[in-house]
Parts: sequence; C-alpha cells; structure tokens
Amino acid sequence: MTRAQQRLSFILLVLACLGLAAGISLYALRGNVSYYYTPTEIHKMRARKDKRVDAGAELRVGGMVRKGSYTTSGTGHYFAVTDFKADVRVEYTGILPDLFREGQGVVAHGSFDDRKIFYATSLVAKHDEKYTPPEMKKTFSKEYYQGYDAMERAAEEAERAGQP
Amino acid sequence: MAHKAALMPLACFAVLAGVFAMALLREHNPAILPSALIGKPAPALELPAALKGSKGLTPEALTGGITAVNIFASWCVTCVGEQPTLMQMKKDGVTVLGIAYKDSRENIALWLQKHGNPFSAVGLDEKGRAAIDWGVYGVPETYFIDAEGIVRHKHIGALSMQDYTAKLKPLLEEMRK
Amino acid sequence: MIIELGHFALVFALLLSLAMAAVPLFGAHRERESWMRLAKPAAISISGLVTISFFSLIHAYALSDFSVRMVVENSHTMKPVIYKIAAVWGNHEGSMLLWALILALWTTRLVRQKEIPLPLQARALGVAGLLQAGFLSFILFASSPFQRLEPPAKEGLDLNPVLQDVLLAIHPPVLYMGYVGFSIAFCLAAAALIEKKADSNWAGILRPYAMTAWIFLTCGIGLGSFWAYYELGWGGFWFWDPVENASLLPWLAGTALLHSVAVLEKRGSLRGWTVFLAILAFSLSLTGTFLVRSGVLTSVHAFASDPLRGVFILALLGAMTGGALLLYAFRAPYLKIAGGFRPVSRESALLLNNVFLFTVLATVFTGTVYPVILSALDLGTVTVGPPYYTLCLTPLLVPFALLMGAGPNLAWREAQLAPVLKKLILPFVAAAGLALLPGFLRSEFQPVATALIFAASYIGAATLQELFTKTNRFRHFRLPASFYGMVLAHLGFAVMLAGATASTAWKSEETLWMKPQQILAFADYDITLRGIQAGLGKNYDFDRAQLTVATEGLAVGTLAPEKRWYPGAQRATSETGLLRDGLGIVYATLGDADAKDPLRRVLRFYFHPFILLLPLGVTLIALGGAVALLRRKRGEHGA
Repeated sequence: MTRAQQRLSFILLVLACLGLAAGISLYALRGNVSYYYTPTEIHKMRARKDKRVDAGAELRVGGMVRKGSYTTSGTGHYFAVTDFKADVRVEYTGILPDLFREGQGVVAHGSFDDRKIFYATSLVAKHDEKYTPPEMKKTFSKEYYQGYDAMERAAEEAERAGQP
Repeated sequence: MAHKAALMPLACFAVLAGVFAMALLREHNPAILPSALIGKPAPALELPAALKGSKGLTPEALTGGITAVNIFASWCVTCVGEQPTLMQMKKDGVTVLGIAYKDSRENIALWLQKHGNPFSAVGLDEKGRAAIDWGVYGVPETYFIDAEGIVRHKHIGALSMQDYTAKLKPLLEEMRK
Repeated sequence: MIIELGHFALVFALLLSLAMAAVPLFGAHRERESWMRLAKPAAISISGLVTISFFSLIHAYALSDFSVRMVVENSHTMKPVIYKIAAVWGNHEGSMLLWALILALWTTRLVRQKEIPLPLQARALGVAGLLQAGFLSFILFASSPFQRLEPPAKEGLDLNPVLQDVLLAIHPPVLYMGYVGFSIAFCLAAAALIEKKADSNWAGILRPYAMTAWIFLTCGIGLGSFWAYYELGWGGFWFWDPVENASLLPWLAGTALLHSVAVLEKRGSLRGWTVFLAILAFSLSLTGTFLVRSGVLTSVHAFASDPLRGVFILALLGAMTGGALLLYAFRAPYLKIAGGFRPVSRESALLLNNVFLFTVLATVFTGTVYPVILSALDLGTVTVGPPYYTLCLTPLLVPFALLMGAGPNLAWREAQLAPVLKKLILPFVAAAGLALLPGFLRSEFQPVATALIFAASYIGAATLQELFTKTNRFRHFRLPASFYGMVLAHLGFAVMLAGATASTAWKSEETLWMKPQQILAFADYDITLRGIQAGLGKNYDFDRAQLTVATEGLAVGTLAPEKRWYPGAQRATSETGLLRDGLGIVYATLGDADAKDPLRRVLRFYFHPFILLLPLGVTLIALGGAVALLRRKRGEHGA
C-alpha cells in the first residue's frame, strides 16, 4: 500500500465511523426530544384529535400555576396550569421543587392519561427571579414577566420592611 | 483537496451562525395577554391616599369621565420610562389615576417629585389586594375605563409614546363618543 | 465617583486594545521591531486598567453602594461580605467584566513568555488585542455594569439564599480561567496561520497555556457538578443541560488539542489539526456563552436573557471564529507536514483519538443545538433528553477505551501491533470479568452499565500495566513528567467513568411518608426517623428531620435534611442530608408535612454507590494535567 492509499483508507474509515455516529445520533434524536405546548395549544390539538396529545404521548406543558388550584395529599400534588386562555390539570407525585408556588410559572414534563389529566414525571419551577424560559415567553408576553419579576422582588422587600 | 477540506469548518460555521441568527430573530414576538375584565365593569376601588394632603381613590373616581388607571411603583425601573407618556396624556386632558403597588409614601413622593406627577389622585395599595382584584400580574399596567366605568382596554408594560399616539389615542377618541 | 473612574478606565482600555491590535500586527508585517515591542506595554496597561475597573465594581458592592444599578439588582446589606463580592460576577454584566479581566491577565502572561520569537508574540498579542477590543465594546455598549440609579435605592433587591454558597461563588472564576485561557491558544493559532508556520517550537509554547486552561476547566466542571448534586435535591450530578454542555464542549476540544499538540511538539505532525483545535476550543467557549446568554435555549441555569445581547455576542462570535476559520481556509494548506507516520503508530493512535473526541463533541453539540435549529425554523419548542446522550455516547466509549489502552503502548512513527495486542489480553480479560461481575451479583444484566464498566476497567488496567512496564516493575522511576501526567489523567478518567456509571446504574430511590420512630428498610440500610426538629437559623426558620442510618445492626451515621424558610427573601430552600458510607452516599430530602399530623413528613431517599469515585476521578484528571506541566525544559520528550 502506498502512502496515498493508506491515507485514503484511513480517511474512508474515519468517514465510515462518523457516518455511523451520525446515524445513531439522528435516530436517538427522534426518540428523545420532547415538545413544549401551551395549554391553549393542547386544547386546540385535542380538538383536532392530534396524536401528539394522546394518552401516553410524552410532552411538556407550561404556564402559570392557577391561584387557588393547588391541593395535596402529601406525596401527591394536584394543580392547574394556565395561560389565562385555557387550563391543564396536572398531577405530580414526589417532592415539589422549592420554587413551586401558586401564581408562579412552571413547566411540567410527562404525559396525559385517558381522563385528560397530565401526569408529570418532573416539574421545573421558574428558577431565578430574572430568568424566563423561552417557552414561557411563548406563553406570556415579555413585559408581563419583567413586571412580574419586579412584583415578586417588591413583595419580598415589602415583607421585610414590614418586619420589626 | 487540502484546500477544499480547509474550507469546510468555515462553511459549517457560516451555516450555524445563520441558524443562531434566525433563532434570535424569533425571540421577538411577545404574546398578547388579554384581561378577563375587558368589557366588564371595573372592580371597586377604595384605596387610601398615597400622597399626604391629597385624595385617595374611590369608586366615584372611575365614573366621572374617561380615566386611565396606571399601576406603578417607585421601585419599578420600567415605570420611569412611561412617565413622559402619562404626562402627555394628562396634557391631552385624560384623567390619569395612579395605584402605587406595594410601595411606601416617602418613596412615592420622592419618585413623583423626580419624574413628574401625571396623576389626579394616587391610591396606595400596600398589600397588593387591589391589584389582585384588578387581575394585575405585572408592573406597570394601565387600564382604560370609559365614562360608565367599563374596562375597555388593558395595556401591559410601559406605555411608550408610540403606543399612545398609534393605538391608545384613537381608542380614547372612540371612547369619548 | 469610583464607578465613573472604573468606567473611564475601561474606555481607555478599549482604545488601548485597538492600538494593541493594530500596531504589533502591522509591525510584524513590516518587520518593524519597535512597533512589535509596543504590544508588551500596551498589554500590561490594559491589564492595569481592567483591574481598576473591576475593583471599582467590587468597591461598590462591598460598600453596598445602592446608587449603582447592578448593586441594587444583585446585592443586599444583609449579605455576608464574601457573597457581596461574589455578587459582582453572579450576573451577566459583572461576569463579562470578569471575563475581560481574566483575558487581560492571560495576555499579560503571554507578554512575559520567554523564548518566543518576537513576530509570533507580537502577532498573538495583536489578535488578543482584537479579542479584548471585542469584549470591551460589548461590555461598554451592551452590558455596562456602571449604570447609576437615580434616586439611589434604600436597599438591594437580591437576597437569594441559593446564591449564597461558596462553591457557586468560585465556580465562575474557575470556569472563566478555563474558557478564557483557551483564547491564548486561539491567538497563537491565528498568529501561526498568519505566519504560515506552526512548528514544534510553536507547539511547545502553546502547550502550557492549553494545559493550564484545561486544568481549570476540568475543575470548574467538577465544581459545578458537585454543587448541582448537593444543592438541587434531585440526586443527579449531570443533566446534559445545555449550560452544562456549554462547558463540556470546550473541554472536549481542549482534550483533543492537548493530545494533538503533544504530537506536534514531539514529532512535528498534525499541524493543521492542532491549529484547528486551538481555534475550535475557544470558539466553543464563545458559542457556549452565546447559547447561555442569548435566550435561545431552555435551561435551568441560563442567565436572564436579552436578544439584543444575543445579537452582540453572535456578532463577536462571527467576527472572531469566522475570521479565524477564514484565515484557516486560506493558510492551512501552507502548514507543511514534516515527518510521516505509518498507520500503526503512536501518531495515528493519537489522530484516531482526535477523531473520537471530535465525534463525541459533534454528538453533544448536536444534542445541544438541535432545539435552537428547530426553534429557528419554527418547527416547535423541544428539549433533548438525557437518553439521547447515553444512547449515542456509550457505543463510542467502548472503542475509545480500547484505543486509550493501546495507544500509550505504541511506538512513535512505526509500531508493531501484534505484541501490543498480546500485552493487552490481560487487561482485557480482567476488565471483562469486572464488567460482568455486577450482573451476576445483582442477577440483572444492564447492557449500558456493563459496557461502560468494561471501558473504565480496561482503561484503568491497561494504564496501570503501562506504569508497571515502564517503571520496570516499579523499580525505575526517572520518567518524564508527561508520562506520569498521562497515567494520572487516564486513571482519573477510568475512575470517574466507573463512579458515574455505578452510581447511576445501581442507585436506589424511595419516596414515602414517615412518622417518628418509623424504620425504613432501604438498600441494605435501616433508616429510622428519630424526629422532626423546628428551629431558627441565622436568617431562616427550619424544619429538620433527624434520621439515623444503620446496616445489620451497626450504626453508620445520621442524616439531617432540612427545609428552610428565609423570610427576608420570601424563599424556601431544601438542604439535603448527605451521609458517606465507604465510597457511596446516602442522600435524603425533606418534603411537606401532613396537614393533620405535622410530625408526619414526606421524605425522599437515594443511595448512590461508588459516587465518590466521581470527584476522585476528576481530581486525578486535573492532577495529571498539573503533573504534566512540571517539565524542566521545553522539548523534553514524553514516553
């Protein structure tokens, strides 16, 4: 084998490996991405009998935890996620994230059951006063969140100021 | 051959940068958040005066004519930006009422002194109860109420001069009829 | 006043950096020595100015100067002083200034580099000047930390208890030392392309910069992972979150770079690769910054985002990386390859190693950027789950491990494969045995875990075997530092991989209601809830669960998970209870109380066997890098 032939076969080997890796990658991507929808989108899709919101289909839904909707049995948590045009009822078993509160944003990951209740396998509550996930921006306007964050900060400040 | 291979990284990067730029451009579309109150009577308004020696807010304040109710706070940085617009509205003869959300009297006084006072009356909503009644979810927000006390429009976020001249002035004209 | 001084210093630094970019580059082009020499005082002055600027910010935070907007948004009088100072870089604006400061300091180090040809140094510093000008413009025009607030606020707004943590405070500076350290490699690469020369000498200069940056990045990633483990309460240490990936990608490129530059220094080959990897490592640091701060990605870690910021960072990325790659496209062909090597040799093994690392990099990059692509094309909002990474990377890791075991055994230039393979039969068999053992012990076969344990064991065994051979059965120790560095780093990788696999594949989890005196049988332990204690901490109320852990009657220790309420911040946090048992950790979090019976609480337990191998492995990797740096003189050959 000449030097050039060696180099060529090396390059071919490398390309073959890269191609294999790319193939696995694309296959893995399809099975492991989860889409995000707002409650309104979910209702619309359900009306169209869209398969993506069928029972068992994995997805994420986000919005605000509707004030007054939260109840708990300790390990089981029940609440409604709203974008002020539509609601989705969510059930979650486990320990709630520290930031979870009524009137706060939350993204739930899981799937619906036959009764149109969303069983969440994980919850992500808004992580930082200043951080708004891109999906949230899809659900609420930007000014809303800027104002809302400021509102939260003021609440903390006011409470502290109110203490002796 | 070598030259072609050397161009590949640049080509890949150019595609990627293009994708990133497209993704960025898509970030610019805020959804509109309607208020459940549109078309309904404004909630009752009973708030103590935020400024010493002036009036507070009472339900009558909303039925005297067209009013704009502006929810603001002295700690709200965005609110500073809309003061010129509110001053313009006052000059144009709109009655602007203020609800100071979770604030203190000294801070409000200082702030209005510094940035101008467009309000005929300012009520102090110390605990945020009124805000909950009005469905306020952010600061600042401005409600436009017609002469019968019906909520006609809710503007979320700072009122820019463009918002006022392009959208709200025509709305106010319509409301006067 | 001091803030304005800091602001002015930064403006001055920007002007100087533009000069530092233009003059030495032009001087190198025209061979005007005096112009090239200008780079040094310029770089030192810029460092001084950026330092002044940074300290003006520290001053404002330390004194709680609430006339400065950033201080109001990120600090509070009740914060301990160290956290006030850490708040300087705990936000976007301040962290960019930290970035600029670290760039200035690294540039100063390049100024003091000995035995570097003046034109090369001048050109590298010139490119550094361009980088610095870019960052300083970004800070001054789109992310200024110097804005005043009129009227000054009475109190700061941020008393977030989660941010008041030592690890979280030092995490950014350590990471930035890594990200920004690769910028020097980038500058040297650009200079090499301009000169159309990337020889062994150049490689010898570049190597310590790349190595030091890589060590810091290794530590930074480890710190972040450890913090996530004890703070987030989910029992995990790596989530393939885009922000985490943003730090992993430059690390992968840096690892490939270190291997490639070693070949270049010793043998003069792989010039094009080395230059490309040097450009890639820093470009990935920049890309990571863009992804995290522009708002195009979903992440629990991301900073508050602003598309305008994103545009500016993208422009910076385009100019720097695009510029460098353009230079590469036209100049790379001039980097002639010196010595050749046969298909079976140390060089080709290292080249193959580069290919593997690059494939891993491409896979992680794809998973990270895929959501951005979909969102850009308006095809939906998605996240890529961890199974994607496990599925793609496991098949890559096994052949990679085999290569890692064989590589150090191969001779340079031309090697014999058969004797090497014969030698490796022993580690292979040992690793296979170790990998299959857990399957029998646990009577359940986990293919992914088995494959990864095999990979880890094989690397460990082969590396130890190499150490044994080279030291002539542990008798002869006078070997080059780079050999010991390799041994430590490869061992560290094996240990880390084993720890990550074992603690994930063999973990136990349980969530349940417990009352005092109740005993839970969990993963070979008996956990008793002694009681719930309520109390007051420094600025918080807490509920603390007292748990004792025993195994087969013998006490192991106690766990004390807490739920805290910070009235000042109106914020609840959970403190996990951690108990070390051997190399494993028992992990507990406290949940809600029963409304009718406050002593009855939800508790969640994890058991992570062998998880301490993770920090041990990471430490060994960083240590390996440090040892490899200890060479007496440049050009000393590794084993």
